[in-house]
Amino acid sequence: MPDPLLSIDRLSSGYGDFQALFDISFDLQQGHVMGLIGANGAGKTTLFKAIMGLLPRSKGTVHFQGKPIGGAPANTLARLGLAMVPEGRRLFRSLSVEENLRLAADHGRKGHWDLGKLYRLFPILEEKRHQPALSLSGGQQQMVAIGRALVANPHLILFDEISLGLAPVVINDVYAAMPDIVGSGISAILVEQDIDRVRKTADMLVCLREGRKALQGPTAAIGKHDITVAYFGE
Amino acid sequence: MASLLDPILQGLLLGGLYTMFAIGLSLIFGVMRLVNIAHGDFIVLAAYMAHAVLVATGWHPLATLLIVVPVMAGLGYALQRVVLARTLGDDILPPLLVTFGVAVIIQNGLLSAFTSNALRLPSRELETASLALGSLNIGVLPLLTLAVAVALIFGLETLFARTAIGRAFRATSDDPETATAIGVKTPHLFALATALCFATIAIAGVFLAMRSNFDPFAGPARLLFGFEAVIIGGLGSFWGTLAGGLILGVAQSLGAQISPQFQVLAGHIVFFLILAIRPRGLFPKTA
Repeated sequence: MPDPLLSIDRLSSGYGDFQALFDISFDLQQGHVMGLIGANGAGKTTLFKAIMGLLPRSKGTVHFQGKPIGGAPANTLARLGLAMVPEGRRLFRSLSVEENLRLAADHGRKGHWDLGKLYRLFPILEEKRHQPALSLSGGQQQMVAIGRALVANPHLILFDEISLGLAPVVINDVYAAMPDIVGSGISAILVEQDIDRVRKTADMLVCLREGRKALQGPTAAIGKHDITVAYFGE
Repeated sequence: MASLLDPILQGLLLGGLYTMFAIGLSLIFGVMRLVNIAHGDFIVLAAYMAHAVLVATGWHPLATLLIVVPVMAGLGYALQRVVLARTLGDDILPPLLVTFGVAVIIQNGLLSAFTSNALRLPSRELETASLALGSLNIGVLPLLTLAVAVALIFGLETLFARTAIGRAFRATSDDPETATAIGVKTPHLFALATALCFATIAIAGVFLAMRSNFDPFAGPARLLFGFEAVIIGGLGSFWGTLAGGLILGVAQSLGAQISPQFQVLAGHIVFFLILAIRPRGLFPKTA
């Protein structure tokens, strides 16, 4: 078996004196989609930030493409091919739609995705490309946030609650892009509250509870009851 | 009416100099929410540097810009990377304290190196040349100052609005964490912004020194005028900074008509009134 794309070994992290993650370990293979689930406050966003280098890691190692990336700042990781679609989208308010995308393309890697391909995936963004990013609807803003990750041509995208606050029909539109994204060779970790949607999209699941890993395995091998137990305990 | 035309015109020209003082403050506040208390002292430092170059080479004062601008820009880059970067954070107090300390160091450093004697950059015929405009006389040097200030504002506005580095400046100003996560090297970018700021400081220093005497303690008043111009115009807007500089210049010039002692006070009063009516300045960037 080749080196996993992302390998996390006994990772701990937190905010100041508050420890939010305890000894998290898992491997993600190239081309796979992992669902990261768990109740609010279980540590999913903290784990993303620790992987991205936005939070200090107090213990453990993270390997990306076989190389250790512990302690590297976020902008270095972005250049190595790690991208995040942050919770709440976090678009740049003083930039237009296209400027948000161009900024990411300028600082990313060259590859399959460029602005033209992105506009074919999300045609509405081309129509609104000169508008201020925050003037778009929530779903369209989410497309910009996803696009910002894509045009950097990363190996791995961390998606943090991309359906949060969106209407169900809009969520469908956003998720309709997933096959194209994964089909272009990008791996993904998906934080998502909608378990059924995660089960349809992800090859494997990791469930966190109170900062610890409560469950891990291939999606097909995990039943609904297992997930309920992992969420809330016995 | 005609008697007011001349002070207003002279005020606009003076406002060009105040705009120069303000541009750098506006720039680094806009990009990284940093207020540099030593801003005026760096302007005076640049003036001394220009004087030293002039004494050593005999060049025209404007030619000293060729040396003073790059040296000050390099100093700005290094200052941000080595000192100011350590002070940036959620707490706004550390950068204020550190730059206040830098201001004291510059003032006393200049005092021991150059004494408290006032200096000036003799700009020869440029100092006295003027254009006749009907009954009004326009000094060539003040006009040049205003033109350079407007060009700097226009240049920075274009840089921010139209270039890749400008996008990165705006994005980092909006949300440094997200900018870092998409690959922007924020420490380098902040240092570039400071280098740009110091390039404008160098230009402001040379023009100040051609127009008036300066001594080691001339900095704080320059900081104050620049700061007032930025606040009147509204934080984060370069055109607002230009408007703020011009308003301050006109206010002072009209105040001087009432009484010479009233010049500086009139500027402060206008600043106070605008702040009272529009606390975010005239043209704030909507946030």
